[in-house]
Amino acid sequence: MSDTPWLTILMVVPLVGALVVAALPKGRDLLAKQVALLTSLVVLALTIVMCAAFEPTGDRFQFAQAYDWIPAFGVQYAVGVDGIALVLIALTAVLVPVVLLASWYDADPEAESTAGVARGAAARTMDSDQAHATSPDIGPLVESAARSGGATAVLERPAQDAANPATVPPAEPARRRSVKTFFALLLVLETMMIGVFAATDVFLFYVFFEAMLIPMYFLIGSYGGPRRSYAAVKFLLYSLVGGLLMLAAVIGLYVVSASQGEGTFAFEQLTELEISTPVQIALFSGFFIAFAIKAPLFPFHTWLPDAGAEAPVGGAVLLVGILDKVGTFGFLRYCLPLFPEASRILGPYVIVLCVIGILYGALLAMGQKDLKRLVSYTSVAHFGFIGLGVFAFTSQAQTGAVLYMVNHGLSTGALFLVIGFLIVRGRSRMTADYSGVANVAPILAGTFLIAGLSSLALPGLSTFISEFLVLIGTYTRYPVAAVLSALGIILAALYILLAYQRTMQGPLRLPSHLGERMRDLNLREVLAVAPLLALMIFLGFYPKPLTDVITPAVDATMQDAGVSDPEPTQGRAAAPTR
Amino acid sequence: MPTDIQSPEIAYGPILPLLIVFGAAVIGVLIEAFAPASKRRTLQIVVAALGLLGALAATISLAGTQELVFAEAIAVDGVSLFLWGTLAVLGLASIFLLSERSLDASGGAVVARASVLPGSREDVQLAEATEVQTEIYPLAMFSLGGMMLFPASNNLLLMFIALEVLSLPLYLMAGLARRRRLLSQEAAVKYFLLGAFASAFFLYGVALLYGYAGSVDLGDVFTATGLAQSNEALLFVGLAMLAVGLLFKVGAVPFQAWTPDVYQGAPTPVTAMMAATTKIAAFGALLRVLYVGFGRTEWDWRPMMWGIAILTMVIGALLAVTQTDVKRMLAYSSVAHTGFILVGVIALSRDGLSGTLFYLLAYGFTTLASFAVVTLVRDSSGEATHLAQWAGLGRKSPLVAGTFAFFLFALAGIPLTSGFMAKYAVFKAGVDEGLTALVVIGLLASAVTAFFYARVVVLMFFSEPAPDGPTVSVPSGYTAGAIALGLAVTVVLGVLPQPVLDLAERASQFVY
Repeated sequence: MSDTPWLTILMVVPLVGALVVAALPKGRDLLAKQVALLTSLVVLALTIVMCAAFEPTGDRFQFAQAYDWIPAFGVQYAVGVDGIALVLIALTAVLVPVVLLASWYDADPEAESTAGVARGAAARTMDSDQAHATSPDIGPLVESAARSGGATAVLERPAQDAANPATVPPAEPARRRSVKTFFALLLVLETMMIGVFAATDVFLFYVFFEAMLIPMYFLIGSYGGPRRSYAAVKFLLYSLVGGLLMLAAVIGLYVVSASQGEGTFAFEQLTELEISTPVQIALFSGFFIAFAIKAPLFPFHTWLPDAGAEAPVGGAVLLVGILDKVGTFGFLRYCLPLFPEASRILGPYVIVLCVIGILYGALLAMGQKDLKRLVSYTSVAHFGFIGLGVFAFTSQAQTGAVLYMVNHGLSTGALFLVIGFLIVRGRSRMTADYSGVANVAPILAGTFLIAGLSSLALPGLSTFISEFLVLIGTYTRYPVAAVLSALGIILAALYILLAYQRTMQGPLRLPSHLGERMRDLNLREVLAVAPLLALMIFLGFYPKPLTDVITPAVDATMQDAGVSDPEPTQGRAAAPTR
Repeated sequence: MPTDIQSPEIAYGPILPLLIVFGAAVIGVLIEAFAPASKRRTLQIVVAALGLLGALAATISLAGTQELVFAEAIAVDGVSLFLWGTLAVLGLASIFLLSERSLDASGGAVVARASVLPGSREDVQLAEATEVQTEIYPLAMFSLGGMMLFPASNNLLLMFIALEVLSLPLYLMAGLARRRRLLSQEAAVKYFLLGAFASAFFLYGVALLYGYAGSVDLGDVFTATGLAQSNEALLFVGLAMLAVGLLFKVGAVPFQAWTPDVYQGAPTPVTAMMAATTKIAAFGALLRVLYVGFGRTEWDWRPMMWGIAILTMVIGALLAVTQTDVKRMLAYSSVAHTGFILVGVIALSRDGLSGTLFYLLAYGFTTLASFAVVTLVRDSSGEATHLAQWAGLGRKSPLVAGTFAFFLFALAGIPLTSGFMAKYAVFKAGVDEGLTALVVIGLLASAVTAFFYARVVVLMFFSEPAPDGPTVSVPSGYTAGAIALGLAVTVVLGVLPQPVLDLAERASQFVY
């Protein structure tokens, strides 16, 4: 363990990047994108170095720092990571560059059509897709080529439009949206996402938890779909109501700690408090509702389909992939260790909610006509699984739940990205508008399939292991819940495969403006989604690097919560070696 | 009949800030009378600014003073000094806002001749004339002086005088809008009538309390509450009437009815000043009355204040949701904030006191700067305050809209802004004193307030601009400075609140 303030550096780098991006002069959109991507890659590199320095068998919280921030409130700037927080920070660091790359043209679609046409021209001169795919340039840089070839593009576009005016749908009123703001917001969000996982002071956690809403609010509201303002306000209000209830509990926690010595927000000191059961239940409820809204668990989930569907694809990936994980992370980090008795008393009720969520989310997902809403509902089901794992109180299930958080980020992230790519091409989110896409865009269809299979937990892909661990771990304590949840796997196969079949297979039918042709994924898009697919497959066969760091943290959490596995020898041995 | 009334010994040192502000106000009147018209405006600004800076400097030099002066009628203690300093700085910012001339083509937000009938031919001519009138400066200074005296009064009669000194100029100032003059005059009349009623209640309360305690000194009232044989009815009715007067000034429900009309009708710089400074002064007086005079009878007034705090938070938040005018929305939001601050008042502890002081400071700067931003958004007929006109403002001028959005988030209490720290401070004090239910209601009301703040942000950033929407005028250094000051305080108190929290903590000491 070194003295380098890793976590602070990880938070400062994206923030500085965001300020630089925001300070760039107007019109330097490409530079803004490049700076943002570079920043996120630096964060990723730093995270990898930090992960390498993490000692799974060492202290519970590593890279810890603590400074007084607001002594009047007993608040410290205190950061540190255990295994659970570490893997979630790593997930954040992986997803942000992916999202930046995938959202390259989200804020300025015109630039893409320019680049796309120029690229089409380039490909035509090369006369083969092969030549293009193997050419050394990477996606983002093509745009500069497109800029230089802008004249050609401008000349070509009117001709193209004139050729088939009937097929071009009435264009949305042109919305000029600031590119650099979009990328700056994503970087600010990264700072806060890292901060929320790294905080070991409850007040600091709360600050990040709430402040995180604002950049996401602007991402949804400024860059989202047609009902974006409704979705943005709904997202903000749901989260704020939960957050404010949590604030009441945070204050209550401080008052309790002050009554037993010096008031503090430091996590490790708070776990040692003696809190009477009724107070525990009240405080637990405050935290639980906030996290359940965030996660979201049934019946607090109704904001997610709207936010997920209206957010720009990159925002949706981060929303479902990471922001929502703060909820389940909160269960593990705060609800169980701080309020063990309340967790034990209320745990079974939470399990019921989770099982309902698994089945209900899956059923609703099947009925969706909108692809993005479909993926949002699948997430409701998946968060049911994660919640099940957390509140089953076995180390297997909790390890599974943490693994699930990571894997869900990867698989749902990939699914959202691929659907985003499809939507950019077809300008429609409706399942009914697509059919037989695999015929014209095989790479896109293939990626969709892999991401989908991962989402339905096919063995060999990473989600399988986590889902299996959750179910095994739950079965030892709540057999009925485990059996019912297992039905969710069948439903998952249904909703994913049905969606795949309807859109990718069958006779070719595309939105009318595309005619019979659709671009397959280009290099930029492949580069964005490939790391996620690679990680899914790698972790599907070899999850040990994750389980090694997760298991000690889960054990510590279980110990704080004062529970042990029903049959310790079986349970304990199974998790890490799998 | 006592014949030898002894004149009290007067210590001028501790009340120097008051003397400076009132002195500047008197000089302002003399300038109006004797200085040539062309030089008046500059002179007035300089005198007012110097007066307030001097008051600030004198306040700082008095730090640590704890004494009763002027025959124990004025308490110079931590609370008074903290509020004096805050009021001096906010007063300076208000003077700056009043001095803005580059926004309106005809110069300034204040009418040139208030006596001209609205709508008359002369009035139409006057609206386009570049004439300015500078009487508003001494009026503002008298009002600020009254505000500084109000929370420092340890004697209920003096407190009444301070109340009148601060109110009368405000009634006038509310009616001085250059545009939409009927609305402005209506606001002034409403404010005056309701304010006069409230003053009458206050005075009647003072009389009854004199009957109860045999003195109008807060210290004597406190002593009397410890004696068994006193007449409790006089105490309760007197306290209730006193509270009506004070709660009217802070804008608590059910005495809030004037707030939206007056905030909307008054010239926006005056609204900014009223919203920030009057609330601070009135809460200071409320704190002194409840903590010093009635600290022992908390079980008598706490239930009443509970109800008022809940009503204020809930009704303020709910009514704000339905508003379509920026100024009215901010007015109802100020009512909701009054409810939040009341939580700190009711806590009746040192933490509650320091939390309330911190809240007043944070809220004052944020709300003053918010109204300052409102003055910038204009169309051909003056300020464009209808919310629909603000659609798409974020596209047209991201800087101004972004600043306003930041203030709204601060008012909503989002972390990393002063609003969050302030709310945390009073709510923590509340939970500490067992007001958990009140705090939970307060937090839920905060969520409702967040809804309408978020709606304005939606309008500004996520809606398409109207084709003939208002434009954002470029202000002179006066308004820009006031906004920058508000922004700086809002950010600093949100990120590094410790020094000011310390100051509030050390200041939360009453002398009696």
